[in-house]
Amino acid sequence: MLKFILTRIGLLIPTFIGVTIISFTFIRLLPGDPIELMAGERGIAPERHAQLMAQFGFDKPIWEQYLVFMGRLLNGDLGVSIVTKKPIFDEFFTLFPATLELALFAIVFAVVLGLPAGIIAGVKRGSVFDHTVMGISLTGFSMPIFWWGLLLIIFFSGILGWTPVSGRISVLYYFEPVTGFMLIDTLLSDEEGAFRSAVSHLILPAIVLGTIPLAVIARQTRSAMLEVLSEDYVRTARAKGLPPSRVVGLHALRNALIPVITVIGLQVGVLLAGAILTETIFAWPGIGKWMVDSISRRDYPSVQGGLMLIAAFVMLVNLIVDLLYGLINPRIRYAR
Amino acid sequence: MALTTNDASARQPLPNGSAPNGPDGVAEAAPIHPVLEFWYYFSENKGSVAGLFIVLTLITLAIFADVIAPHLPYEQYRDHLLQPPAWQEGGSWEFILGTDPVGRDLLSRLIYGTRESLFVGVIVVTISLTVGVSLGLVAGFFPGILGTAILRLMDTILAFPSLLMALVLVAILGPSLTNAMIAIAIVLQPHFVRLTRAAVMAELSKDYVTASRVNGAGIFRLMYITVLPNCMAPLIVQATLSFSTAILDAAALGFLGLGAQPPIPEWGTMLSEARDFILRAWWVVTFPGLAILISVIAFNLMGDGLRDALDPKLKRS
Repeated sequence: MLKFILTRIGLLIPTFIGVTIISFTFIRLLPGDPIELMAGERGIAPERHAQLMAQFGFDKPIWEQYLVFMGRLLNGDLGVSIVTKKPIFDEFFTLFPATLELALFAIVFAVVLGLPAGIIAGVKRGSVFDHTVMGISLTGFSMPIFWWGLLLIIFFSGILGWTPVSGRISVLYYFEPVTGFMLIDTLLSDEEGAFRSAVSHLILPAIVLGTIPLAVIARQTRSAMLEVLSEDYVRTARAKGLPPSRVVGLHALRNALIPVITVIGLQVGVLLAGAILTETIFAWPGIGKWMVDSISRRDYPSVQGGLMLIAAFVMLVNLIVDLLYGLINPRIRYAR
Repeated sequence: MALTTNDASARQPLPNGSAPNGPDGVAEAAPIHPVLEFWYYFSENKGSVAGLFIVLTLITLAIFADVIAPHLPYEQYRDHLLQPPAWQEGGSWEFILGTDPVGRDLLSRLIYGTRESLFVGVIVVTISLTVGVSLGLVAGFFPGILGTAILRLMDTILAFPSLLMALVLVAILGPSLTNAMIAIAIVLQPHFVRLTRAAVMAELSKDYVTASRVNGAGIFRLMYITVLPNCMAPLIVQATLSFSTAILDAAALGFLGLGAQPPIPEWGTMLSEARDFILRAWWVVTFPGLAILISVIAFNLMGDGLRDALDPKLKRS
């Protein structure tokens, strides 16, 4: 098992170096001079320009810049934001819990609905339920989620008035963040109604973000179920006279879940990409919105840092999924 | 990422007792024409036929937009700002789906918008297919340092969430529809590289390739004429599915203000312009999104059908 883990980590190293190179190169690909670009239309005095060039290290040869960049990176230093002058690393991790909270609820929503729907659709193949699930799933998979979010706002916030339109919590409440997770913080704060407010702010964005993963999970679970149900050992279990619930729930499901877990893990990239749109629509103060804002503010060091940290996070989660996959499926572990 | 269905296993033999010329089926009577065979399997999936029908409709709308659309997409009717659809109170049949905040006819803009979306799809798929297939062929034929380097680069691109990568690329290149298309093509092509490489690796050890090689075929002939045609099935499916991804991502970039710029009637851009009016005028938000959804569903349905028809063994791309 240790060898398996080490091989998997070893495989990631070149990709991670690739990620740093792409993130590093990106800021230097901008047409023109990065300092002038950051200064924007106001222009910049030549002395200040030279000073900034030296400060950001743009006057050194490119490979040296990269080594300096990597050296700083290993010390957790990604530079400072041009707009807020705060370290990018801190900015990112202040906002990250908001995105993580949203993404976690989205995936819980997707799994809780998608898994049973997929299982039942697979077992009752060809039934009305199956066709309905497949139809909804195709629609969900094809959904432009930015539009879906707007529709939900029109319906639930506009017509029914059930949920707030944007943000993480009502402005009535304010307290120092402890964990950064609004649901936990509101529970810790003892403020009446704060938790309720946080939940009502979370529901719509979580549904929007969870829609595509829901569709993918339902379809994959159904396929995996169909595949497993046609296996010999399932027939044996049926022939032994086991009740159908036991055949499906125990014998079939355990093996069907193996590919499904991988698919759930792969959704992390989908979730982070979706977070960009979801957070923009709901004014959710997470890293997705921060990235979009940084791009429009031309805060390129922040864009660079955010890009890299997000890629690193996706790689980390994929690694964990990969290892979990090896853990639950010995065939993978011993094949290498 | 493509979705999978296992319904392909439910393949049935062709009518008239003539089996298709498959690896295990030997034609008894005259072999059925490949196109007919393809259509037989494709049309088994009702959804795919519906998808094909919608796609053909979209193409027709795009080509004949000038004739079909009741108004010009940029013409502003100042007396009809935010007029509701015809069936609602205050609506008129002059503007069937209503008008937008500056008085342009929504239906006409949607019809002209099919041009933008299909154009995006065609260009993105062409670029990512050409580049991806070429890189994939190289990676498959030269599995050494060159192939590994190509694959590592593709893995790196795939490590970034696709929309984020596209977003950052557009930020570098500057917001416009052209740059959005380039960015999306770059993000999509790793899938083609991997698929092509995998298919090439499977083909290379086969006798016909060796025969061609012995006959003195050059490397380009081997790549593009000998091997590539036998790797097309998964690529066609992926191309169709990429078409829908391209439409979706271009609309998302447009929505974020980084794709097509106003007043171009691109659906995502239209949605972004309409955002401020969502609680007052539902139609300016609902219809452009519906147009995106229907087009994307149509291409996904078609992709599923192509998968069943071309390669029943293909599970995931």
